[in-house]
Formats: sequence, C-alpha cells, structure tokens
Amino acid sequence: METLKPILSQHPFFKDLQPEYLELVTGCASNVRFDADSYMFHEGEEAGHFYLLRTGNVALEIATPDRGPMVIQTLGEGELIGWSWLVPPYTWHFDARVTELVRAIALDATCLRKKCEADHHLGYELLKRLTVMMEQRLAATRLQLLDVYGTNA
Amino acid sequence: MPEADVVLDTTVESHFIPRPFRVLRTKRETHDVFTLELKPEDGSPLSFRPGQFNMMYVHGIGEVPISISGNPAKPETLVHTVRAVGGVTFAVRSIHRGDILGIRGPYGSVWPIEAAVGSDLVVVAGGIGLAPLRPVIYEALARRQQFGKLILLYGTREPEDIIFEKDLEEWRARFDFHVFVTVDRAIGNWKGHVGVVTGLLPKASFDPANTLAMICGPEVMMRFTAMEFLKLGVDPAQIYFSMERNMKCGIGLCGHCQFGPYFVCREGPVFPYPRLKQLMTVREI
Repeated sequence: METLKPILSQHPFFKDLQPEYLELVTGCASNVRFDADSYMFHEGEEAGHFYLLRTGNVALEIATPDRGPMVIQTLGEGELIGWSWLVPPYTWHFDARVTELVRAIALDATCLRKKCEADHHLGYELLKRLTVMMEQRLAATRLQLLDVYGTNA
Repeated sequence: MPEADVVLDTTVESHFIPRPFRVLRTKRETHDVFTLELKPEDGSPLSFRPGQFNMMYVHGIGEVPISISGNPAKPETLVHTVRAVGGVTFAVRSIHRGDILGIRGPYGSVWPIEAAVGSDLVVVAGGIGLAPLRPVIYEALARRQQFGKLILLYGTREPEDIIFEKDLEEWRARFDFHVFVTVDRAIGNWKGHVGVVTGLLPKASFDPANTLAMICGPEVMMRFTAMEFLKLGVDPAQIYFSMERNMKCGIGLCGHCQFGPYFVCREGPVFPYPRLKQLMTVREI
C-alpha cells in the first residue's frame, strides 16, 4: 500500500529527516482537503492536528468586535500551520479560513506527542524544526508591531 | 569680511535656482500619498537615472527632497510621488493642475542597473519606497531580455496603502515579471498575502549566488530584508539600499543629510549595503 512517506519527505519541514523518524511520523499522517471559504479550525477548539500545506492558501484570523475578522497572517504552499498541538492545553488561538482550496497533510497531535515522548530524539528533532518556524514568526510579529510604515516610524 | 572679498561661486549658485514646472496632473494614490506629473516651463526635459531625486520648492513655503517616480525613458514629463508628512508636503498636496512648482535636480546616486545585467534582479519595496524603485522597474522591463528573473516584493501597512495599483495590475499580468504584494494586516475583502515583506523572500524563487537586490523602505524594514537576503546566501555587495535623510542643499554642501562619513544627497541616496551596515545600528547617527 502506498503511504504518505514520499510526500512528507518532500515537504520543506521534513527535509532530510532521518528515514526511521519519517517512518514514525508517517504513521500519524493523513491526507486532507479543505474547500475555499471553509474553516480548518476555530479559536478555542482542540488543536488535534497540525498541518503541512501542499497547495492552497489559509488566512489566520482573529475576530474583533468593532472591525470584524482581522487577518494577521496568510500561509501557503510549503508552510505549516500551528504549534498549539504541542503546548497545553492544546487549543487553537486563531481561526484558520481557507482562501484558496487547500490540500494538506494532517498530523495527528496525540499520536505525534506519544511518539515524541517515547523517542526523545524524534521529539528533539521535531522541536528544532518547529523552533525555526516559531523564531521566524516571532521576528515577523515584532516587525509588524513596529508598524514601520506608520508616519511616526 | 569686506564685501569686496566675497566671491560667489556661480557654479554652485546655479544649483540653488529652481526651474519652474507646471502641474499637468495630480493623482491621489492613498489617503496621504499622491503623484504629480509636471512639465518644464522652458520646454527642456529633465533627464534622470533611476534612484535620483529632485528638490521640490513650493513658493513661499519651502523645499523638500522628493525621489523621481516616473519613467526615465520619458523625461518630457517629470513624475514625483509625495507623501504628506510635513509642512511642505502638506502644501504640495494642495497643489492643483496648472500651478507652478520649483524643481532643482536631479541629484544623487543611481540604482546599479548595469550591475544586474545577466543576474536575477530582486526589487524590495516598503510603503512609499516603491516610488524611487518604479523607474528601475520601468527600465528593467524595457530591457527585460538582459536580466534573469525579475522579481518585485512589495509590502505596505494595509491594503488601502498600496500605491501604483494600475502598474501593479499590469506587472502582475506579465509572465516575465514575478510580483508579490503583502500587507502587515488586513480586514474585509483582502484576498492577498498578509505578513511582513521579509516573509516573501522564501516564496520568491531566485538564484542567491547570481542575484542583485535593490531595497527601499523604512530603515528597519531594509535592515531586516538585507538579513534575509544574507541568510539565503546573497553576497552583501549585491544588496543596495536607498536612504532617506533631511536633504537641504542637494549637493553635499550644507551637511544636513550627513550620515556618518557620507552626505546622503551626494554619495547617496543609493548605497551598497556594506557601506551602511555598521552605521545603521549606531543610535547616535
């Protein structure tokens, strides 16, 4: 039976991951699809998966009472969505609205956490990769906070 | 000093006499940015190279440095894009068709387009920083076959702050020009990318070993963009910034625009990144 291993191995997030770890991760993976204008998840829901985007675009939104939903970031092909699956209480902090048909690999969070607990080398490897992404997003968020295009910047 | 001993340098003096230009057209780009098309009253076109600026004089109000945003191949119409942020630029905003403005220039260094021939050319603009880069884009498109990939990464605060929308639409429609636009935040019907402009770099496919980058925008944005280029392996000497400072004379005499050892009006506004790298993190400058 064909598995998702070849697809996972080609995704930038898992690039050059050792084959035995790729095997473990593949056991938690499934193919998913979300239509445009649907939501992958909502704020407050359980973060049961994290997603590696293969195609499509997603807008991470936060609802504001006076201005409606505000898009804080968009994500597309080759990027991943979410680290809430790794941090208790495992709930999403934003809404994820699909702006263009998404095809993605969903990784089951409970499955992955169990495997990371059982094999700390795998856990460390995944955490190193996630930390790179978290650092990039933190740096981007700080730049956004600076409001560099404002008249007082 | 006795009056007789004062010798006027007429070469220098001639730099300070503005030429009258008549306003042909004004276009509102955003709530605080507008574009002026000007015609020289004496009929003599003002030729310039991409990256250069003029000193724009509003009679009775004052003078400000404004980069040239038009097409260098069409010097018969002078185009300036201005953001209303101070006394003079607020006055420029009130200018109407048929009014007269004074222009001195062009001044300053130019974008190194020749150095990009045979390479990928990546243009990164933030906010009104697209204005001094638009002449580069016009020229690069006119000589399109001489470059590798041609890429524009453009970031603004919100969708309403995007300038040159018509140009962007035309550029995006081309198969030989990769245009990425992002905003820092969005509400409503915005269907495009949201995130900082540096986040666009990994999405743009170019050869780091064979790329020349031209960056213009707020200084913080330029510094962070340069860091991203370096991470991807672009040679620092292949990265260029356009600096903005309080230029007054335009010819390196008054010192208002001094930036470390440089006068931005004379040695700049376009600088290779290695010349600015250390200076940009010195708080006292």
